[in-house]
Amino acid sequence: MATNYAVTHSSTRGLATNKLIRNTYTLLSMTLLFSALMAAVSVSMRVGSGVSLGCSVAALAILWLVLPKTANSASGIGVVFLFTGLLGFGLGPTISHYLAVPGGTQIVTTALGGTGVIFLGLSGYALTTRRDFSFMGGFLFVGLLVILGASLGNIFFAIPALSLAISAAVIMLFSGFILYDTGRMVNGGETNYIHATVSLYISILNIFTSLLHLLGAFGGDD
Amino acid sequence: MDWMKIGSAVLVIAMMIFIWPSAKRMLHESPAAESGDWRSAVLPILAVIGFVILLIYLV
Repeated sequence: MATNYAVTHSSTRGLATNKLIRNTYTLLSMTLLFSALMAAVSVSMRVGSGVSLGCSVAALAILWLVLPKTANSASGIGVVFLFTGLLGFGLGPTISHYLAVPGGTQIVTTALGGTGVIFLGLSGYALTTRRDFSFMGGFLFVGLLVILGASLGNIFFAIPALSLAISAAVIMLFSGFILYDTGRMVNGGETNYIHATVSLYISILNIFTSLLHLLGAFGGDD
Repeated sequence: MDWMKIGSAVLVIAMMIFIWPSAKRMLHESPAAESGDWRSAVLPILAVIGFVILLIYLV
């Protein structure tokens, strides 16, 4: 009897995990497509960097104030689309900048493809090994604070080498976050697919923008 | 000083304030790594670094 209960419990948890993973990747792919569409609209409208900053502020406000209240309801899906749409729209000036430099199209497409390969590789690794990467939590969050501190300094000092170092560190850190978030989904640490989607989306976006910066710098820009 | 810099700085500071409680909690609540845990995390990240270097050479 106890064995039957254990098997049923394990099977129920496995089904819940599979459902969480399926819902997360479905919502993530839809939000990435929507975000790309919004970025294309933003590029075609030639919006300025002030609009980009405004979109980031609005997205942060949604992440901070709205998402925690809606993540457990159906309206959370709309909020995720609003959040990712704003961030996608805010990417417009950055993409326009790189598209304007010689070989810019190749830089943008390589960054896009490279981000896809990094995300699929790391997610695939975490899903197949089913390892728990929760031990990295403290390290990743402190690392994020250090990177934000360095970015804050570089807004005023504008040191190109520091800017490149920050981009390289962001790629490594958010690669760690992809492992951490996927591991949490697999091992029951995360049960809400809206939270999981937002976490993975933020990692993908940061890897993309940092890769774009590195490829732009070493490809002749900056 | 340009307002974009001030706006970006305010945004970064807001993010730091937003992340600070999570970082503090994570530092105390994260389970300790077991033998081989760090290696299993560092190896794929090293692969990412190699891949990025490859992309830089390709562009």
